[in-house]
Amino acid sequence: MAEYQNIFTTVQVRSPAYPGVPHDQGHRDRIGKPFFNYWVGKIGDAQIGPIYLGTSGVFAVIFGFVAIEIIGWNMAASVGWSPIKFAQQFFWLALEPPAPEYGLHIPPLAKGGWWLIAGFFLTTSILLWWVRTYRRAIALGVGTHMAWAFAAAIWLYLVIGFIRPLMMGSWSEAPPFGIFPHLDWTAAFSIAYGNLYYNPFHMLSIAFLYGAALLFAMHGATILSVSRYGGDREIDQIVDRGTAAERAALFWRWTMGFNASMESIHRWAYWFAVLVVITGGIGILLTGTVVDNWYLWGIKHGLVPPYPVVGVPVPDPASLPGAL
Amino acid sequence: MRTTFFSTHKALPLAAVGLALVVAGGCERPPPQSTQLGYRGVGQNAFVNPRILAAQVAANVAPTPQPAAVPVAVTAGSVYKNLQVLGDVPITEFTRLMLAITEWVVPKDQWVDGQGCVYCHDIAVMEADTKYQKVVSRSMLQMTQRANRSWGAHVAPSGVTCYTCHRGNAIPQYVWTTNPGEKPRASGYVGLQNRLSPIPAFSSLPYDPLTTYFDKETVIAITPTNAVAPVEPKTVNTMKGEGTYALMMYISKSLGVGCNHCHNSRQFADWAQSSPQRVKAWYAIRMVREANKAFIMPLSPILPASRKGPLGDPMRISCVTCHQGVNKPLLAAPMLKDYPELGPLNDPAAAPGPAPEAVAPAADQADVVDGVATEARVTAQSVTAAGVM
Repeated sequence: MAEYQNIFTTVQVRSPAYPGVPHDQGHRDRIGKPFFNYWVGKIGDAQIGPIYLGTSGVFAVIFGFVAIEIIGWNMAASVGWSPIKFAQQFFWLALEPPAPEYGLHIPPLAKGGWWLIAGFFLTTSILLWWVRTYRRAIALGVGTHMAWAFAAAIWLYLVIGFIRPLMMGSWSEAPPFGIFPHLDWTAAFSIAYGNLYYNPFHMLSIAFLYGAALLFAMHGATILSVSRYGGDREIDQIVDRGTAAERAALFWRWTMGFNASMESIHRWAYWFAVLVVITGGIGILLTGTVVDNWYLWGIKHGLVPPYPVVGVPVPDPASLPGAL
Repeated sequence: MRTTFFSTHKALPLAAVGLALVVAGGCERPPPQSTQLGYRGVGQNAFVNPRILAAQVAANVAPTPQPAAVPVAVTAGSVYKNLQVLGDVPITEFTRLMLAITEWVVPKDQWVDGQGCVYCHDIAVMEADTKYQKVVSRSMLQMTQRANRSWGAHVAPSGVTCYTCHRGNAIPQYVWTTNPGEKPRASGYVGLQNRLSPIPAFSSLPYDPLTTYFDKETVIAITPTNAVAPVEPKTVNTMKGEGTYALMMYISKSLGVGCNHCHNSRQFADWAQSSPQRVKAWYAIRMVREANKAFIMPLSPILPASRKGPLGDPMRISCVTCHQGVNKPLLAAPMLKDYPELGPLNDPAAAPGPAPEAVAPAADQADVVDGVATEARVTAQSVTAAGVM
């Protein structure tokens, strides 16, 4: 039997395509003839387009495309232009930053110069896309929350790839562009600087990350569960609280003694999400600049739980007399 | 309602089961056996899968010792000529060792008329150094003696013999040469890493840590020993960290052990929380460096191309050459006690001491014919293709 729900709609209501609110003078028009897609309608709005390009959007796409091309062709060059090796080793391939001996100097293209260029294009693209999110929000008359949330993510990106390498005086501290290589960089970074798990800002970042996921699940489940009472109309329920909001609130107050409100849950979620990258960025920025070994820092400040060493403690062989 | 070719309600669970089977296909069959190595509750456990161990036990059986030699007072050096290493060994003991070496090193298809001697010796002039194999063998005997006499900190108590590495092969199954990487055809910069390679255990970490850390004395321990107030010059660098990490992944895979066989992973650098095995490994790294530098690299002029890598460097030893995937080679079979002339372990006359001078080849064999033992030919490419290095 057909059943109407609010997100995973088994029945898709088709109306004529909606072009969006009228735009102000001085802005480019939205382009593209809207069309509908049944499968997209399964997970969201079935209408695709029209899309707004705009100066910042067009240049963001161009700069991003150039960055991806530089990274991709460098990867292809590193396997001797072999398409088979490129496909086989794609997840392993990378464009690496310059080696430590170059410091902050600009190395030859083949020694990391391409990395700097790709980084410039990617960063410009991301910043232009931020401008786009900010200006579209203003143009639509909505708040700039999304732009600032994106800015928080850009903060972490810039700390890892630009600000911290600058403060360390070496591009070699930055991560490579590549799938597995940037993950291996992350693991090596943590171990080299004495275990990032003892970095309190890393702890905060993880707490906010897992917390954001938990809040997202709690909120999504709550709204789905009360959508039969109109709870999916959350914004209405903020100012005009109905039985959906009352039941949702009661559920949490009964199960854990406290409930967020229809409005505050969105601030909870927003701040948990943006604090993941804000605290993470602070933690990365302190690593190697202020704190060299997070484990020893943890020892110094009583953070590391002591436990007995089993057996006889082992000496450093290099410290023994007659060491080779 | 629209009908489609397949129903998502049926296809999705089926796809999920299929994917799960594919993923699980790469796993060992549980359960493993765990042994607690450190303080309770901190994950300092060793895991051994009994099914894999059974295969390792079968693959790591030491050969039966040669029948004991009749003690005589006559030394080999007083009977045979050109004995530079084993001249003071009793003649019967010497012959017994030659038989053992033939069994350990010369593949059966290289034997002629039931004898393997011809692999190294000119039968007409047994003492002649005309075959490069004989000169190499002498250097390898010296290397084995050096390992037992001076590197007891690593090889005791079982000690090592030729068989520890060779296992019946003329070239040990697991050897390495410098990896030249891809021929640079364009300006792609990968920093000697980011390759699908078994050396760093299929991570994208640097793919030739052996050249970096065994040929050169590159510093391995880079983690700062101070919490704050960085000192100059810095030991630490994330890229150097990747190099150390790659070497550790290689050692881990060579020995078939996890990180916590040696380390407490909450602070890899801290010796006080490490296991005694880490000290063994510390000596092992220095032993490998010395063995390659003093006993293998000097043989380069006499070795044919089939014993060298693409850059012309000789095939060298590393952790996996002896260990072959188990943390004690041959599962600690004490072979040395049956061949005391390769020892003794921790000879007070030999340790501690500086590394010996590089062993000069006894004869100029540069014109040796390439590929004397083609059947036993092992190249860096073939071992890489076989996925063992």
